[in-house]
Amino acid sequence: MNRKWDVIGSEGFKFMGKMNASISHEIKNVLAIINENAGLLEDFTLMAGKGQGLDPERLKSLAGKIQHQVQRADRIIRNMNTFAHSVDETRKKVDLGEVVAFMAALSERPASMKGVALEVTPPLRPISITTNPFLLEILIWRCLDFAMAVCGTGKTVVLKTERNDQGANITFSQLKRLSDASSRTWFPQDLENALADSLGAEIVVNESVGEIVLGLPENIE
Amino acid sequence: MSESKVLLVDDERDFVEALSERMSHRGLDVVTAVSAKDAIQMAQGETFDVIVLDLKMPEIDGLETLKILKQTNANTHFILLTGYATAEKGIRAMLSGAEEVLEKPSNVDILIKKIEKLVSKKMIEL
Repeated sequence: MNRKWDVIGSEGFKFMGKMNASISHEIKNVLAIINENAGLLEDFTLMAGKGQGLDPERLKSLAGKIQHQVQRADRIIRNMNTFAHSVDETRKKVDLGEVVAFMAALSERPASMKGVALEVTPPLRPISITTNPFLLEILIWRCLDFAMAVCGTGKTVVLKTERNDQGANITFSQLKRLSDASSRTWFPQDLENALADSLGAEIVVNESVGEIVLGLPENIE
Repeated sequence: MSESKVLLVDDERDFVEALSERMSHRGLDVVTAVSAKDAIQMAQGETFDVIVLDLKMPEIDGLETLKILKQTNANTHFILLTGYATAEKGIRAMLSGAEEVLEKPSNVDILIKKIEKLVSKKMIEL
């Protein structure tokens, strides 16, 4: 089988696994918070049974915290569903700004584990491109993963989506350690090049300004 | 009888606030930290009977934090909290110096029983 597709296929599974593991950990955290706040409600009823008064404001606050976590879990699961459906079609018209925002949301927990904040600058107007959604997500993730490793002590990666003559750019900036000699050899590697090739994309590393620019065509061949 | 002193460490603030209050209702003196760095700083200034620590935290993970804390708190007992308690994690935790590993979400009474066993003291039953 073609080596390029071997690499992409293998990494595709790893990407799926990594994202699903991250999502499941976050849901576990949400469940733990709901569990403890529900437990506190139980504690208060037990204490009320022994004569201690109930504080309505406190109960209201706890109920609010539980509801907030339920909304959080709902957002996480909706993202999980969107992610699962990204493999449905190999060629699809997508809103690129939405894809970038989605990938930033999906990557929020892995970024947080590295102490990195992600900032998304959306395009001025919606940008539609026809592409392979899943492969695009993997490539954005690979760029982001590297960006987080070289963002330096500022610990913020900015993702900006803009239209260009051929289609669109996604720029990953504030990469203060990009010009380090050791950083430069990491990226792009076989996988990123294979993905870019499959998407008709181009990866440009601008060391002097600390940016990676992912150029995407308006229409995948 | 003095209360047992516990440091509870987890990056999820809502979790730490709720669990620490439940532990206080049951007779423990609980101090909280929402980062490994805060926990390490606190443990340098105070002696804790037990430190309850989340395994997955930003920047410095639970096992790394545990190893650092053990250096300055040789007599403190450690309980690790994890979203998925596998045998492998349990072994790694024990080898790093934890005495117990609990999966989240957990039952507070099970956590209390484990703390009671470690400090050899009975807590309040609600």
